[in-house]
Amino acid sequence: MESAPPLLEMRSITKEFPGVKALSDVNLVVRAGEIHAICGENGAGKSTLMKVLSGVYPYGTYSGSIVYRGAETRFSDIRASEHAGIVIIHQELALVPGMSITENIFLGNEPRRFGRIDWKAANSKALELMRQVGLTEDPDTLIKDIGVGKQQLVEIAKAFAKDVRLLILDEPTAALNEADSQHLLDLLRGFKERGITSIMISHKLNEIEAIADSITILRDGRTIETLDVAAGGVDEDRIVRGMVGRSLSNRFPDHRPEIGDVFFEVRDWTVRHPISTERLVCKNSSFNVRRGEIVGFAGLMGAGRTELAMSLFGRSYGVWLGGRVFKDGKEIQIRSVAEAIANGLAYVSEDRKAIGLNLLDDIKTSVVAAKLSKVTRNGVLDEAKEYREAEQYRKSLRIKTPTVDEGVTKLSGGNQQKVVLAKWMFTDPDLLILDEPTRGIDVGAKYEIYGIIQRLADEGKGVIVISSELPELIGLCDRIYTVFEGTITGEISRQDANPEVLMKQMTSTKKTLTP
Amino acid sequence: MSRIKELQKNLFGGSTSNARQFGMIFTLIAVIVYFQVRTDGLTLTPTNLIALTQQGAYISILSIGMLMVIVAGHIDLSVGSVAAFTGIVVAKAITENDIPWPIGILIGLGVGALIGAFQGFWVAYIGVPAFIVTLAGMLLFRGGNQYIGNAETITVPKGFQKIGSGYLPDIGPETNYNNPTLLLGLLICVAVVIREFRARKVRQQMEGAEPTPLWVSLVRLGVLLAVILFATFRFAGGRVGTSFPISGIILAVLVVAYSFYTRNTAGGRHIYAVGGNARAAELSGVKLRRVNFFVMMNMSILASLAGMIFVARSAASGPQDGLNWELDAIAAVFIGGAAVSGGLGTISGAIVGGLVMAVLTNGLQLIGTGADKVQIIKGLFLLAAVAFDVYNKSQGRFSIVGSLMRPFRRDTPADPVALAEASREEEKAPAAG
Repeated sequence: MESAPPLLEMRSITKEFPGVKALSDVNLVVRAGEIHAICGENGAGKSTLMKVLSGVYPYGTYSGSIVYRGAETRFSDIRASEHAGIVIIHQELALVPGMSITENIFLGNEPRRFGRIDWKAANSKALELMRQVGLTEDPDTLIKDIGVGKQQLVEIAKAFAKDVRLLILDEPTAALNEADSQHLLDLLRGFKERGITSIMISHKLNEIEAIADSITILRDGRTIETLDVAAGGVDEDRIVRGMVGRSLSNRFPDHRPEIGDVFFEVRDWTVRHPISTERLVCKNSSFNVRRGEIVGFAGLMGAGRTELAMSLFGRSYGVWLGGRVFKDGKEIQIRSVAEAIANGLAYVSEDRKAIGLNLLDDIKTSVVAAKLSKVTRNGVLDEAKEYREAEQYRKSLRIKTPTVDEGVTKLSGGNQQKVVLAKWMFTDPDLLILDEPTRGIDVGAKYEIYGIIQRLADEGKGVIVISSELPELIGLCDRIYTVFEGTITGEISRQDANPEVLMKQMTSTKKTLTP
Repeated sequence: MSRIKELQKNLFGGSTSNARQFGMIFTLIAVIVYFQVRTDGLTLTPTNLIALTQQGAYISILSIGMLMVIVAGHIDLSVGSVAAFTGIVVAKAITENDIPWPIGILIGLGVGALIGAFQGFWVAYIGVPAFIVTLAGMLLFRGGNQYIGNAETITVPKGFQKIGSGYLPDIGPETNYNNPTLLLGLLICVAVVIREFRARKVRQQMEGAEPTPLWVSLVRLGVLLAVILFATFRFAGGRVGTSFPISGIILAVLVVAYSFYTRNTAGGRHIYAVGGNARAAELSGVKLRRVNFFVMMNMSILASLAGMIFVARSAASGPQDGLNWELDAIAAVFIGGAAVSGGLGTISGAIVGGLVMAVLTNGLQLIGTGADKVQIIKGLFLLAAVAFDVYNKSQGRFSIVGSLMRPFRRDTPADPVALAEASREEEKAPAAG
């Protein structure tokens, strides 16, 4: 396997930020034409390493050397690295929503004729690039009108327009559904055959296992090892062991559920889309939750799970058309978020940065934000009490931070998620709805979050978990509802749950209930 | 933690402080010292300090409201026109309809509330951007002022003039100083000391928090008391018949009340939440519309108060009142450390920002700079102050002062660029897991 010469060699890269060493003596060797995965927990230094490589952190701000195509490079900025054929696609896509696909592909790189943009050439070139990435859309379509999966493809087409040799993808499938992810992975395989080298950062170990030729594992800013997949013996457990420095024999904490009676029930919940009056996002959905029970909601992206949850949570989404909610046998009205909170509901959103947290806040402010009345007397804040409450959650949820005065942006994804959980646990809810509670979180933190969820159930609360990761639902939930196009299509107990059964229910409207 | 950093953290109280304000205090001191030297001591004479207070009071009252509007993520361009409109209504009511002036003031506040409710309705319940609503309001109420006043100037009676140009009365024993001002200064000193020790006590109740070191409290108290005592004797020892202005007292009461509201109450916290992330606030049970309505309405009420104080000071209401006030108030807020995108900023910062601008203008006038040059210098100063800060943040520093203490920094980044960077670069934070 050592026959191919390395395309890229990063030698003893060290990068320091004020007060912290993000990378220390990291080595990375990428062979030409391979798919190289970089794994590590959040905060391990993956993104920093890629920023060093792509010139976001210019030469001189780090120590060590980068040898690319046989010569040492000193990129001064991201343009320089793109010129050399290194293109990085960030997790947050860099597309302009109000511009067309063509305009985005050639943004900053427009084909010109006599100083004017040659849109004819641009359009035909865009079509060619779109064909290469398997994107069938009108090139004049606006970015905001296509889904995330297709946006991702536009980003890749944009990279191709720049004559890419080394493609770096940071969490490319994090926001994609199963089908789109699969398409993207197939695409990467195709690139490999055409001689394009890819570096992929991902938390989805099954994807890495399926696609990567080699895997470099980072932990705490150091290179731990590079695994050669072709040599065999590499599986998810092996990767996890490298990432966390120990073997996680069980990815879910042991748990013996103590399930009580049904205490929360939704009947015939029907909600329409906020803009298109024809579209129903929830159609006569009925479900229930028992005390101490963890209930899963499985479904493909766009199936209407988040819409269901948010419309329940004080009608925060769409237009409510009908349906009743019962708690402890009595019908309750939830017309606003305030009423939802007062009725003991909590909703942890799937996008904690966009709608879950105020990123300007510190930890203590975030923790008490959803129930200020607990730390105020006559509307006046009791700062000492606020601090003490937050401090308790810091300890019990093991939020990694020196003090709760710290800003939430300083925390890693997993710890931010713990802050959001603390924020909602602070409201003393009876029913917690957790929407993708472990998205973008590393393995170790996931395990802790699962533990927290189980603890909440053990306290007699009901927990609803919405997740796109089937193994997570199967490992965690006592009962799983499947949702397809706004309809609840199945109810599957823990014993009967397996990926095949769930997938079948998630993609068909035929109702089969096996409670 | 370095000592300067501790001082910085505690100057404005806790984590809502930010480095730009700290830098601004130094700028303020520098500007004062510079003009004190350039004007051979004219800047800090009692007469000039009193003039500064009276001139600055109405702009500072506006910047209190503007701070809250900007923190909530809006802007208000109509304040100057609203002030002028209220001024003419009140002047007319008092002089032509023989309404006693105290009732005139209530009418003025009522007019402000109505205008605020009108503008707040469009912003909060219809969703028209505040920029547009208040741009319309700016035209509307400027025109209204000239329509009602017939573009003429209307003088107001002596009693009413007190709120703009009145002083604390001379009473009590002969001390060569104005006794009520001395008493006021003393009361403020006592209040400051009590507040400091209460804050220390609260901090001690926070289990796990580092208590504020005693020396920091003492230094802070020492500096504050020295400034208060100096100001007290200056204001009390001026020309006979003058002392601390009534308008200054109104301002001081408002600053204390609104600082408390924004810092220490649930309502204040909601304003920051809405400005920081409106959707997140909404999903946390904050009533978005109510908050937006309130900040817009509150702004107009304060604008009407500022308008009345201005009319009282100039003894008449005219068609040009309040011209460009919105710009002065907005400048004060941004110099004082508020973020353009909302969610950040403090009242004390806005007041300091306003003071810097006021001292700068006053100093330039004292050394005989023309009005044209004063404007140019003010414009450049505003740009430089904010640009300097933005540049420093983009370099990963927070300010000159912040840069001295890079290893210890822990403030929340204040602008969206730095914020986006920070959220993407979780890996560089020491606390990242």
